[in-house]
Amino acid sequence: MSFWIEQTFAGLSYGGLLFLLASGLSLIFGVMRIINMAHGSYFILGAYIGVTVVEVTGSWLLALLLASLAVAILGIFMHRYFLRVLGHGVAAELPQVMITVGFLFIIQQASIDIWGGDPMIVKVPSYLDWSLEIGGIFFPVYRIFMLAVACVMAVALWLGLEKTRAGAMVRASVDDSEMTRGLGINTERLSMAIFGLGAFLAGLGGVIGGGFIGVYPGLDFQILPLAFAVVIIGGLGTLRGAAFGSLIVGLMDTFGKALFPELSYFTLFAPMAIVLAIKPTGLFGRA
Amino acid sequence: MFSGRPRAVFTVLLVLVVLAAVTPFLPEYVCILLIQALIFGILAMGLDLLLGYTGLPSLGQAAYFGVGAYAVAILTTRYEFGFFPTVVLAILLSAAVAAIFGLIAIRAKGVYFLMLTLALAMVVWGLAWRWTSLTDGDNGITGIPRPELGFDLGIYINLFYFILFVFILCLGALYVLVNSPFGRSLVGIREREERMRMLGYNVWLHKYLAFIFSGIFAGIAGVLWAYYKNFVTPDDLFIDVSVEALLMVALGGPATLVGATIGAGVIVFLRNYVSIYYSGWPYILGAMYIFTILYLPEGLMGITRRLRRRAKAEKLDE
Repeated sequence: MSFWIEQTFAGLSYGGLLFLLASGLSLIFGVMRIINMAHGSYFILGAYIGVTVVEVTGSWLLALLLASLAVAILGIFMHRYFLRVLGHGVAAELPQVMITVGFLFIIQQASIDIWGGDPMIVKVPSYLDWSLEIGGIFFPVYRIFMLAVACVMAVALWLGLEKTRAGAMVRASVDDSEMTRGLGINTERLSMAIFGLGAFLAGLGGVIGGGFIGVYPGLDFQILPLAFAVVIIGGLGTLRGAAFGSLIVGLMDTFGKALFPELSYFTLFAPMAIVLAIKPTGLFGRA
Repeated sequence: MFSGRPRAVFTVLLVLVVLAAVTPFLPEYVCILLIQALIFGILAMGLDLLLGYTGLPSLGQAAYFGVGAYAVAILTTRYEFGFFPTVVLAILLSAAVAAIFGLIAIRAKGVYFLMLTLALAMVVWGLAWRWTSLTDGDNGITGIPRPELGFDLGIYINLFYFILFVFILCLGALYVLVNSPFGRSLVGIREREERMRMLGYNVWLHKYLAFIFSGIFAGIAGVLWAYYKNFVTPDDLFIDVSVEALLMVALGGPATLVGATIGAGVIVFLRNYVSIYYSGWPYILGAMYIFTILYLPEGLMGITRRLRRRAKAEKLDE
């Protein structure tokens, strides 16, 4: 019994981490129809910068903030100078993917040049580095924190999208970006803000995840398909989809690794196949 | 470009003949690089069928490449299969995996297709990496013997001719395929899917077959790769293989077949020569993606096309 509780908790908290990554991916796609292949790179960059900030200043909270902001600025830069020029629409989709792949390789090599090839870990402060014992089962507080951050972000994003004027503009842009432009809303600035926000969330996920799975060369390529699996299952451009997808993928991946270690990636395949057989745009996605 | 015009066919044949004639006089490492370029050329041409002609951007070609390579590795080292049964089984396995993944992927469109093919390919990579009892995990499988075909394939120049022969077969098959009514329908689907459907074409079946064919060519490339390298590791089917195949097609020029091979050649040779002098190859690779998209939207083949267009315009001016 304790195995199931422990693994469920581990899966849920991992899902929380994936939500930070996938919600940004999903938002960016929703507004701009861009699949950001460099999203995993934002994640590792957040973690690496986090490592350095903790080393230099000793403050983990500062690392959380600075790393996320730095990644957000990089995202805005990429969008402003490389992605915006390609225009909108279906014809721009593949070129945008290729450009972000280009950044993926550049960031990959840059992080090896700056931080070396050895695995690193973002040092977690002592007030989060202990375990809560309930009925003989240990719950690492850091994982509780991870889940809590994801929940707070989910609620904040939901409130932001549903209850604010900017959120209404974003939703309008997701539904029909041409019409939204026609109504005189500056979708360019909106796109920039969303790209920055998505990058910020990925960077935040990187610092938090860097305290738990660490960071090493190749992690960018490993985490990206998980984020993709989330949005494939949940549907692109929906917050609800990202939330449900994250939990499903988090649980599937955790249980898969614990129960069938040899087939670990295969356990992601099954839910994806089932969802797509029923609904090609994901559980909550629209065409 | 390379679509039914006799002059283009002649040029390609001429280049191949020159290549075959010149290679014995080249240094061995150039010969090895040519082998690599031809193998990736087959992979990229297979992707071109899907991406260039059918308009389906697959980011999962590494999966079928890897299945072909691992099938050769496992069948030859564990079960001591001969050359022909190994090759036939390996290609059939790649086709089977493509047929299963295609059932799922073809349902999706545009970027969903792209993400889905990538995620599915990661499943295959995950198996190669974790299913250690079958694949030996991270260590990979070593000691794949070169096939015995009556001449010594341990010598690189012989291996080169063997692979050039397979390459020409693949190029010929793809050329016939894209110029057949089936190939024409694929282009129609790329341009106007709805209209093709209205005209009564089975769009799904066309896409599905293109997907499987593309997987078969990736499988053939994987088979050759395993025989050439004598060992396979999970790295051989990681995402970067799929992603580089995409660059090869974009760099050479989509929907040209030979463009994909030129793209493969440029990347293989650049990578090797740059790496001698400079350790930051990924920077250059990354910059190539960005540069190709921003400045060479029609790829390298588009340059000659543009030059010819200009020449024609000048002739009209006179």
